[in-house]
Amino acid sequence: MRTTRLALAALAVTLAAGCSSGGDAAPEPEAAAPTGPVTLTYWTWAPNMDKIAQVWNAANPGITVTVSKQAGGDDAAAKFLTAAKAGNAPDLVQAEYQHLPSFVAADAVADLAADTAAVKGEYAEGLWGLVTLGTEGVYAIPQDSGPMMLYYRKDLFEKYKIDVPKTWDEYAEAARTVHEADPKVYLGSFSSKDPGWFAGLAQQAGAQWWSISGDSWKVGIDDAATTRVAEFWGGLVAEGVIDDQPYFTPEWNKALNDGTQLSWPSAVWGPGVLESNAPDGKGKWGVAPLPQWTAGENHSGFWGGSSTAVSSGSKNRAAALKFATWLNTDPAALDLLVKEAFVYPAAGKGQTALGDPPAYFAESQPDFWQQAATIGTTARGFTFGPNVGVTYNAYKDGFDKALKDKAPFATAVKSMQDATVADMQKSGFTMAG
Amino acid sequence: MFLAPAIVLFLLFFALPIGYTGYLSLRRTKVSGLGLGKGSRQEVWAGADNLTAAVADGELWAGWSRVVGYGALVLVVMLGLALLFALLLDSAHVRLARFARIAIFLPYAVPGVVASLLWGFLYLPSLTPIGGIDFLGATAVTFSMANVAVWGGTGFNMLVLYTNLRAIPRSYYEAARIDGASELAIALRVKIPLLVPAIVLTTVFSLIATVQVFTEPTTLRPFSNTISSTWSPLMKVYRDAFVTGDLYSAAATSLVIAAVSLVVSFGFLRVVRGRAFGEVR
Repeated sequence: MRTTRLALAALAVTLAAGCSSGGDAAPEPEAAAPTGPVTLTYWTWAPNMDKIAQVWNAANPGITVTVSKQAGGDDAAAKFLTAAKAGNAPDLVQAEYQHLPSFVAADAVADLAADTAAVKGEYAEGLWGLVTLGTEGVYAIPQDSGPMMLYYRKDLFEKYKIDVPKTWDEYAEAARTVHEADPKVYLGSFSSKDPGWFAGLAQQAGAQWWSISGDSWKVGIDDAATTRVAEFWGGLVAEGVIDDQPYFTPEWNKALNDGTQLSWPSAVWGPGVLESNAPDGKGKWGVAPLPQWTAGENHSGFWGGSSTAVSSGSKNRAAALKFATWLNTDPAALDLLVKEAFVYPAAGKGQTALGDPPAYFAESQPDFWQQAATIGTTARGFTFGPNVGVTYNAYKDGFDKALKDKAPFATAVKSMQDATVADMQKSGFTMAG
Repeated sequence: MFLAPAIVLFLLFFALPIGYTGYLSLRRTKVSGLGLGKGSRQEVWAGADNLTAAVADGELWAGWSRVVGYGALVLVVMLGLALLFALLLDSAHVRLARFARIAIFLPYAVPGVVASLLWGFLYLPSLTPIGGIDFLGATAVTFSMANVAVWGGTGFNMLVLYTNLRAIPRSYYEAARIDGASELAIALRVKIPLLVPAIVLTTVFSLIATVQVFTEPTTLRPFSNTISSTWSPLMKVYRDAFVTGDLYSAAATSLVIAAVSLVVSFGFLRVVRGRAFGEVR
């Protein structure tokens, strides 16, 4: 009797297991014309996206988009990859450019190349490259971009009698001047927790962390440009004239707010951060192009920026693409994106939707968007690889360790390169010698 | 046959996940070419590769050594305080016993993440009311984290010990008093020996919690340069699974952690068994 029960139990378990694996295989990810009304889920962390979806839903009764608000950043990417693996990914997902290759490599997002020829013209070539990864495929529709610029306290720059630095050498000089005048005050901070920030500065310097040649990947994270950027900041930190606390911590917020940090090399989405983290600075901050490596040059990089991808498991791929296209290229939608979600749209015509400066800058930098647009055209990016998660994690651990041990920053860059290459080799990617 | 529901539950929620973890630990992804495009990524057998790599990983063992230091601090201080408070509350002369009991227990009701954040804010140099110490510096950070765990865990352990104390017949104490024992002597000679099983129990719980330390370092990590993504073994599992996307290595490392915590807790029980439960081997 007892054994029968056991056998039954075992059978039940097998059945349960069988059912769940059967469920995984069920969704046929082939694009089919939607029949009848469909419902799409959309994972995003942009503010007020639910309001924008409501506008779409009102106009398109056949395709209802439900927004599921996510936490942003690397966690969101990990969550999406896990969901995709488990077979319950959302139809649409906000994908940061640096994570898109991991999504593609995990086969979690659909190739939209067949239906996006018309959209391509809306975007600058460099941006479009971020969603094609330099291949024939198109894996997402660009939504926003994050060209980098220098945010600085106009009033305090005057107080400490420093000019807006045009080159990184001038930046270093200014850092020394400020810190000498008041040891509690720093021109800025080096953040060992923000690999995206560092990647943007490396892009400005002309780095190419990943590249595809033929059928193989080339990893050049420890190239001359990146090493130069790392050593520059490492020198300033070692001198003690630049702070080394991570961005977005309460400590850093306080420093920005009370004027003990005077500048922040950041991206075009900076106003939102400043407004919430440094409310006392309203009307005191200005923007300028990033300092240059060589006087007279004019380059910037990208920090952040994201796209809208359609998951490969979506049963309503055509409908999802229709919404993604509307959201990121329709003038009315772009207007909403700017006003409600506070994004800097990637589509060329979206940038004309930018009128009034962010309230935070209304007094101190009324031409904020014009500045941003000018700087935006100078930004250059690079191809992101299929294991950015590994690289970014190695950044945090590597630079944390370098700061703790007071080691040269070039060692941290080397550790990023080694970790990235080792991971790709382990997975079996074809690597160029 | 009355065991059937239990067996089903055991298989479904215990054996199956562990079996699946074991299965995953034997797999890995194999990428061909650029790894983009369809079908370029496959799951293949890895044999024991993941397990040997997990065992051979220096970072994992460095993590263990950090956790041993942290755990020794937490165990000694937390259980020491818990025992002290329990004995004080149980002694005849204490005032405000109810209030003190609740006050000491209350931090246990605060979720670990919240506790770590609360303390994290107190540790940050520009926000802390206590100046002069870099709480998140390389040397102090272990103490700072242990402090959070002690703050949160003492109350619970105290309560376990205290309830056990209350269960001891009062007549023992009277007997001791008639023999001329002081309160201190009663505590040391009567109460503590009778408490040993409860102390063993709280130690095992705390040991397992220590092996699994994750919340405090993970929550404090964004505030500090001194906590790496693999500070504790469990953090390494999290990193492998969700940051670098290697579920298979994570599964292998989980198995290693499970083995270690099994060895540690059973090893401890074995060592103290004779004394704690009066069993004769």
